[in-house]
Amino acid sequence: MSGVWVWIENRDGEIITISREAIGAARKVADELGQPLTGLVFGHNVSAVADAAFDLGVDAVLGCDDESLANFRIEAYGPLLSSLVQERSPAVVMAGASTRGRDLTGWVAADLDAGVVPDGIALEVDGDTIKVTRPVYAGKLLSTVYVTEGTQFISLRSRAFPQAESTGKTGQAEWVSPVVSEDAIPTKVVGFAPKEEGISLTDASIIVSGGRGVGGPEGFAPIRELAEVLGAAVGASRAAVDAGWIPYEHQVGQTGKTVSPDLYIACGISGAIQHQAGMRTSKVIVAINKDPEAPIFKLAQYGIVGDLFEVVPALTEEFRKRLS
Amino acid sequence: MKVVVCTKQTPSTTAVFTVDANGHVSWDDPGGKPNIVNPWDEYAIEEAIRLKENHGATDAIALTVGSEESKDALKTCLAMGCTEAILVSDSAFDGSDTVGTARVLAAAINKIGDVQIAVFGNRAIDGDTGLTPVQVARKLGWTPLTYVSAIKEISNGQITVERLLDDGKETVTAPLPVVISVVKEINEPRYPSFMGIRKANRATIPVWTAADLEVDGATGAEAAKVNWGHVYAPPPREGSVEIIEGETIEEKVRKLVDKLFEEKVI
Ligand SMILES: Cc1cc2nc3c(=O)[nH]c(=O)nc-3n(C[C@H](O)[C@H](O)[C@H](O)COP(=O)(O)OP(=O)(O)OC[C@H]3O[C@@H](n4cnc5c(N)ncnc54)[C@H](O)[C@@H]3O)c2cc1C
Ligand SMILES: Nc1ncnc2c1ncn2[C@@H]1O[C@H](COP(=O)(O)O)[C@@H](O)[C@H]1O
Repeated sequence: MSGVWVWIENRDGEIITISREAIGAARKVADELGQPLTGLVFGHNVSAVADAAFDLGVDAVLGCDDESLANFRIEAYGPLLSSLVQERSPAVVMAGASTRGRDLTGWVAADLDAGVVPDGIALEVDGDTIKVTRPVYAGKLLSTVYVTEGTQFISLRSRAFPQAESTGKTGQAEWVSPVVSEDAIPTKVVGFAPKEEGISLTDASIIVSGGRGVGGPEGFAPIRELAEVLGAAVGASRAAVDAGWIPYEHQVGQTGKTVSPDLYIACGISGAIQHQAGMRTSKVIVAINKDPEAPIFKLAQYGIVGDLFEVVPALTEEFRKRLS
Repeated sequence: MKVVVCTKQTPSTTAVFTVDANGHVSWDDPGGKPNIVNPWDEYAIEEAIRLKENHGATDAIALTVGSEESKDALKTCLAMGCTEAILVSDSAFDGSDTVGTARVLAAAINKIGDVQIAVFGNRAIDGDTGLTPVQVARKLGWTPLTYVSAIKEISNGQITVERLLDDGKETVTAPLPVVISVVKEINEPRYPSFMGIRKANRATIPVWTAADLEVDGATGAEAAKVNWGHVYAPPPREGSVEIIEGETIEEKVRKLVDKLFEEKVI
């Protein structure tokens, strides 16, 4: 068993952020193991993605380019990866823990009765074994986990590893045929509505979040304005989501998204334990709240005690001045 | 058509954890219940009950692999409106990895028989893997539909669902049987009714052991290919909050922005 593989998730011909991070992490693991790094490029019309993968530092590309792979469907992607792993026995298969990356690694591991460790935030090479640090119990505890036998499937949480950078390398991809034909794929994609806002919460390096303190749907306007000036994503507490002020996909916390930005600005959020579960690993946390006793001030590095409807617009103005 | 909902009992969201010198984890919740139904599963249970109410499912059966104590979670399922609850419990399953648990759940679903939809939560808040639904689907040979935010239609043996993915909402159609895992957006879970609670308290919950199931492959710590070994408390966050003071709001935000530039997070 030898070789490190990394699944390169791509959309509209671009390698997505979490996969750039996975390539960077996998490159380090491959170097420490002294083994080559292979990028897996699946999709339709993806030859440019293969070129981009070489540029990001993989030694080889194993690709499959077929119309049946245009949308990610597990019945097409799962058997393809499974058959490649069976045929070539890599030591490690890594992927970003995106919605699709989690499904792919989990499905293939179940198919091959292999071990899989999801949501790694740190990796350590110990002999032939990759020791993976991952949060458990909503990040209240950490665990060090590893696969004891066979191919090691590992997925990586977003923003835990630096992105691979351009190396200028080029190479020739090896293209294989799909293993399942379209009529044998039961799932049909009948629609896709892309997210309106550009920056995804899990990829964002800055997040501005609003809670019950924003008082209503229109209360998110100053939050959005600040986010726009900072190039940030907009988050929310469950209270704001449950009130119907903002869609669920913005919810941060135990029953929403887990995020880890460089800067998290919590506006009118009390900082309940379930909200903290989703954002406690942010590098710098700023709290804006009119209640000096709010628990969010126990977690934050910086706080302003005041009315968010005065503080947030002033902050937006100040950033606008300084960033222009 | 039968519907099964797989649910797990987990520590409460406000539980306080201790790890002893051997890495053994225990928890308590001063002022609350230490164990609850996994919060994500409330949406799965609600959806299973709605499949019975709105889509002609004959049964909505709650299923847990866990210890005797997990009967509490199953009682909540019955109180909400599940028609039946089954506990699968055997020391032979202790220490299973996710694939091992998936084998056991798949065997239990096969034993129930005639199941068209198996509903799961998105994640369990203890192990936090989010792998069980897709792995059970593989073991059953069914289509997995994960991150489901709405069931649009079920007709002629086909199900159409909307899935909430990182980059948007995807609508897909697949033939039954399927495994679905749900996100919070799908519904608003009901509270157990008074009558429901009384019924649940009187119910006897059957316990299936390894001997009752035809598990395909090995389970338990011996068969696990993942070592979950070492659990520890993360280092506490350093320092305490600096409340930015100033005469005016403008002065406060100026000072804050200075700090954030110094921190190099902008
Ligand atoms: C099983 C379970 C799962 C949960 N999952 C999540 C989750 O994923 N995410 C999540 O966020 N919560 C979650 N919760 C809910 C959580 O317990 C809290 O209820 C919720 O986070 C509170 O949201 P909030 O801080 O916006 O509201 P509140 O707690 O009501 O706080 C509002 C804050 O705004 C401040 N404020 C009001 N007006 C102003 C103003 N004009 N200017 C400045 N400050 C102002 C107030 O001082 C207060 O601190 C969960 C709960 C449970 C039981
Ligand atoms: N032991 C179990 N018994 C029944 N269902 C489970 C069990 N573990 C996980 N599940 C289901 O699988 C989902 C995802 O859990 P997990 O993969 O552990 O994060 C949960 O929301 C449950 O619906």
